[in-house]
Amino acid sequence: MSGVAANQDPKLLRRLLRAKDRMDAASHEDWPVQRLARVSDVSEAHFARSFKEAFGVPPHRYLLTRRIERAMALLRDTDLPITEIAFQTGWGSLGTFGRTFRDITGNSPGAIRARARAAAHELDRVPVCILSAAHRPDLTTAVSEKRRREADDITGSSEKEVL
Amino acid sequence: MNQGVEVVGLYVRDQEEALAFYVGKLGFRVHTDVRNGDYRWLTVQHPDQPSFQLGLFTPGPPVLDAATAETLHAIVAKGAMPPLVLVVDDCRAAHDRMLARGVEFTQEPVDRYGTVDAGFRDPSGNGWKMIEARR
Repeated sequence: MSGVAANQDPKLLRRLLRAKDRMDAASHEDWPVQRLARVSDVSEAHFARSFKEAFGVPPHRYLLTRRIERAMALLRDTDLPITEIAFQTGWGSLGTFGRTFRDITGNSPGAIRARARAAAHELDRVPVCILSAAHRPDLTTAVSEKRRREADDITGSSEKEVL
Repeated sequence: MNQGVEVVGLYVRDQEEALAFYVGKLGFRVHTDVRNGDYRWLTVQHPDQPSFQLGLFTPGPPVLDAATAETLHAIVAKGAMPPLVLVVDDCRAAHDRMLARGVEFTQEPVDRYGTVDAGFRDPSGNGWKMIEARR
């Protein structure tokens, strides 16, 4: 075994992918190494190293990144309180969430929310000027759909994770 | 004959396995299955889409050298190939039917963006989004 990524057995990679898919589908759940190793049908001792070799990041780091992605979507698309977002995305404590969030994004959750809101308002203005000049049915649908979802989210429906 | 894209190919790890999956589990039909020595040109077709063929190809000789083929097998198995999209009339019904046939779903059907979508993979690792057609 040379440890070069290209030399990993494709059958092993396919099983490691299954563990990655499972984390993607339920990133709010706990994913201890023994659970992931079982999904991939490899030994616990072998799992973390194989995963990192295959996907470039250790499994725990990958999970945290997915949780932060999902938290960012919730900050952007909903009015849920930050504590609730931390809870929904799998953190047991607000402190850990805030620290990890800053580590990964370089900003606090509150700052990201404020920035996303500002950007969204600019986007909302785009169709008004574009639509006056051109026919863009897809854009109309997408924007009206986004507004509808925002309205839904305010009334409390929860957002599932996005691939 | 109209102009347009006729065949788009996927890399699969095993053509027999892929055939069993796309025909037996997804309901596609075989369009062409021709061999020339070790080479096998295999395409399948969605029953509602006669002008398009999905090629199920194994990377390897004589087209590719063994090392390149090995790299491609690894990339497919890691799920790193581009996404594929299947449009269906009823995403939840298709999900239930495919799940019963043993399709590996990566995402349960979710209502969003005014439609319903789910995710699954073929045995090789190619990832599909299954989206309900907007009415």
